Amino acid sequence: MTTIAADISQASYIGQPISRVDGVAKVTGTARYAGEYTAPGLLHGLVISSPVAKGRILSIQSEEARAVNGIIKIYSHENVKDLPWFDLSYKDMNLLPGSPFRPFYSNEIQFSQQPVALVIAESLELARYAATLVRIEYETAPFETDLENNLENAFTPKRGKTGYKKPKNRGNAKKQFTKADVKIEAEYMHGAEHHNPMELFSSTVVYGKDGSLTVYDKTQGVLNSQSYIARVFDIKHKKVRVLSPFVGGAFGSGLRPQYQLFMACLAALDLQLPVRVVLTRQQMFSFGHRPATWQKLKLAASNDGRLEAIEHTAISETSRFENYTENIVNWSGRLYSCDHVKLDYRLVPLDVNSPLDMRAPGAATGVLALECAMDELAYKLNIDPLVLRLKNYTEKDPESGKPFSSKNLMDCYKQGAEHFGWEKRIYSPRSMKQGKQLVGWGMSSGMWDAMMVPARAQAKITADGKLVVTSATSDIGTGTYTIMTQIAAETLGLPLEDVSFELGDSKFVFAPFEGGSATAASVGTAVLFACKKIREKLLSLAKKLEQSPLANVQDEEIVFVNGRICHQDDIECSLSIREVMDRTGTKYIQEKNSDLRAMFKQLGYARNTHSAIFVEVKIDEDLGLISVTRVVAAIAAGNILNPKTASSQIMGGVMWGISMALHEDSFMDHQYGRFINHDYAEYHIPVHADTPDIEVIFVQEKDTVVNPLGIKGVGEIGIIGTAAAVANAIYHATGKRIRDFPITPDKLL
Amino acid sequence: MNRFTYTKANSIDDTLREVNADHDIKFIAGGTNLIDLMRANVEHPSHLVDINHIDLHAIQETAEGGLSLGALVKNADTAYHEHVQSRYPLLAKAILAGASPQLRNMATNGGNLLQRTRCYYFYDTATPCNKRVPGQGCSAINGFNKIHSILGTSAHCIATHPSDMCVALAALEARIKVIGNDGERVIPFAEFHRLPGDTPHIDSTLKPGELITSIELPSKGFETHYQYIKLRDRRSYAFALVSVAVGLELQDDYIQEARIALGGVAHKPWRDETVENFLNGKKAAEDAFETAAEMMMKDAKGFRYNNFKIEMAKRAIVRALVDARDLKTPEPLHCYTYNRHQQQ
Repeated sequence: MTTIAADISQASYIGQPISRVDGVAKVTGTARYAGEYTAPGLLHGLVISSPVAKGRILSIQSEEARAVNGIIKIYSHENVKDLPWFDLSYKDMNLLPGSPFRPFYSNEIQFSQQPVALVIAESLELARYAATLVRIEYETAPFETDLENNLENAFTPKRGKTGYKKPKNRGNAKKQFTKADVKIEAEYMHGAEHHNPMELFSSTVVYGKDGSLTVYDKTQGVLNSQSYIARVFDIKHKKVRVLSPFVGGAFGSGLRPQYQLFMACLAALDLQLPVRVVLTRQQMFSFGHRPATWQKLKLAASNDGRLEAIEHTAISETSRFENYTENIVNWSGRLYSCDHVKLDYRLVPLDVNSPLDMRAPGAATGVLALECAMDELAYKLNIDPLVLRLKNYTEKDPESGKPFSSKNLMDCYKQGAEHFGWEKRIYSPRSMKQGKQLVGWGMSSGMWDAMMVPARAQAKITADGKLVVTSATSDIGTGTYTIMTQIAAETLGLPLEDVSFELGDSKFVFAPFEGGSATAASVGTAVLFACKKIREKLLSLAKKLEQSPLANVQDEEIVFVNGRICHQDDIECSLSIREVMDRTGTKYIQEKNSDLRAMFKQLGYARNTHSAIFVEVKIDEDLGLISVTRVVAAIAAGNILNPKTASSQIMGGVMWGISMALHEDSFMDHQYGRFINHDYAEYHIPVHADTPDIEVIFVQEKDTVVNPLGIKGVGEIGIIGTAAAVANAIYHATGKRIRDFPITPDKLL
Repeated sequence: MNRFTYTKANSIDDTLREVNADHDIKFIAGGTNLIDLMRANVEHPSHLVDINHIDLHAIQETAEGGLSLGALVKNADTAYHEHVQSRYPLLAKAILAGASPQLRNMATNGGNLLQRTRCYYFYDTATPCNKRVPGQGCSAINGFNKIHSILGTSAHCIATHPSDMCVALAALEARIKVIGNDGERVIPFAEFHRLPGDTPHIDSTLKPGELITSIELPSKGFETHYQYIKLRDRRSYAFALVSVAVGLELQDDYIQEARIALGGVAHKPWRDETVENFLNGKKAAEDAFETAAEMMMKDAKGFRYNNFKIEMAKRAIVRALVDARDLKTPEPLHCYTYNRHQQQ
């Protein structure tokens, strides 16, 4: 790595497209993932999953399997005893209301692919072989897995998981609908989707002589896993260390401890030996998913295109044992100016595992329906879809009445449209063609929360001028390592190579799990303040030195550049940090921070990211073939720490939006209550050939409220609205409204 | 996965010596399908014979003016072979429409013929499947059957054959050379794969212990008028919902000879000679193509989620015939995905 700041008087890393600091480790394979750690005598576990969706286990015959040389033990509800009874012991930071799934708790089967036994063997191959010899007899019970057949059984959840906001109504939408000039009403449906990160869920657990556990886990929150293990197995927190330095994608699936963690710890504690358990690709379809959701949108507007009433109903599936909730309908009350809003969110309990947050949970679903409906309204009104959005633009949050801390959606619309060439669009459907293909241009708005949650960071600078910053946060491929290194290096004016940021270790200071696009803002602020404290100490040491050139320089005139403390106008008037440490005999300076002052300031404001997505599709109508050929995503997300990693985040989100529109669907076979296309060959996500040119624009958005760095987070905003823009482009190309997602060729014929 | 023994064979004799009626023997070459199936606990051979080292790696011109494709030549090497590209571009195009570059680099020609269906229920041992365990019942008939057959189905099985390569081979009327302990024989392509009937667990007419040695291409390659269209839910790395291989021999505007084979619609690559005979001698025009498409789908039957395939197949047949007729200069065959942002 070269010192980018070497010849810049004011070292600046924030806002620069710095390549990932962990990139080389990842591409050369030295970055190790949870299932790659090993220990002498490591044992391997294979999970056996239930073939039935509901019922009981009558018997488990494992004699034949146990007789295989190299098989250590087989666990099931029959021989796993003394686990806690209380739900609370199994709760994790996601805090779903209800009773969490407890592996091996009883013979009851609650969902298909429920883990029913664990085979521990000297090798994975042996475990896999022995698993085929275990005979399990089930008694099946009637089950219900069809959302659309059970919409009438929906109920309104009284409370939800962490972050759930009860939808708020305003005005009188019902009355307004009766007198509105123009109305539309439409129903939308999408099935379940699974996260499917490339890395399989894995835990490697090393049992220590003192009874401690060192756990390498695939998770978005090491502290979440640590606390779960401590409570379930009744061991002290300090005896459990969870590490997760690298995560091969998670997208929300790592927000809850998955059952391979339970399994590996169970066996390691029982056998007092190291154990690894890795799920299979099929088993990646056995836990949380984006819930299948049915939605209905009603929009009313005046003849000149002003929204007069919005009614949004969403009914999602949940499990029988937990109420998984999302903020699906809430966005419909916040994206546009409208006085009359009626929102209704309900759940249908089914015999499935609990759903789980998946990239932009709630918004990906709700904004899809709202923005498709807005397009339908635009065509009913005979006005341009972008013009309709502009007519209903809101400068304050219509739900709370609070001002936005910042909102530059206007520039997203303007710049997005300009880069895309929207003004060349011919309004009528089926009017744009290229050769034999129909061309369609569609757009959508997007909105997500700019969250900040309590987090801490610790920074330590040593006499050699090297800085190490730590926090128990994660990098799930998002770029946490890189942006935290940038913030620390800039704050202390150090070359990037003198700064290292470490994460994914439960012994580090507190950070919540990485979710909701909150990590950059939350941990970033903590890193900033911890480094600022070191800066203050260094400066005070520097000033106190005998004959210090900085003794009489005002603090405001001091800059930290390239490892030196300098007068901003006179580079000669400076001291190196090493010299200061050396001459004062300081071995190190260590500071922690959890500055929450920023969070009080936020209370008076609505804090959100926004986007405008423009999509071009080309369609071979005879054959039903859809190609997304161009996407412009204009994003208002505050200050962008690193345009390179942030663009990657947005591009990934956009691809997922295309996937939601055209490909992704976990198909539930109601004969068996089982997701049936459970592998990468048949669960379709876009491949390179489906990938269009994606232009990402970050519009200027200065925000002094969200946090001192003005960061809003970019993890989610890229997916939101993209699927709607694709669907709207397909309408523009073909004149067909397809409201059942994904839009596959069979639906277009 | 079960336990198995393994030997490496260095010759055809070596291989055939391993054949033993008492053991469930499988030959393994690229392993791109068999190993997956073993891991899924669908196939459980007791003995694997590694045939990669037998001398069946050549592509050679035959005395009859055709081309002989060694059974162990990789799919990728076959598709990019000079003679295949120039004389049998339909085959090259079909091969390159299948799988991914990595898989095509491993998979062999013989193995491609013997790959098993991608029916979800066949792969998931938690669900009944007559093809996996005869007599269990078919889950697909009343299940999620979007990828399943519309032609030649039985009450026992509606699975499809997943190959792209085989669709082109059917259209080209390739012949399969095999050898067993009873000697050598040659199987016409149309007779190699079979319909499910009441024995859907048997995919082909290959006898137990027989080894494919080569695929023989006749001299006629339809290199001036051909098309392979593959329709699927994404642009690459997905099995065909419907695929069509077409070869036309034209004189002026009239069809001298037509070949049409379909993939993704039946338990085997689907051909209908009455349709081809209907086209022979006709003017190569849309109305004839549309009639041919209707004829070809006359007996098609959907099972709910795959009903769309009937209409999709008709349109794909017409499009492939039109494309083949209008083919001007053969396109370069690097990595083929139909309609990939096709700019005309």
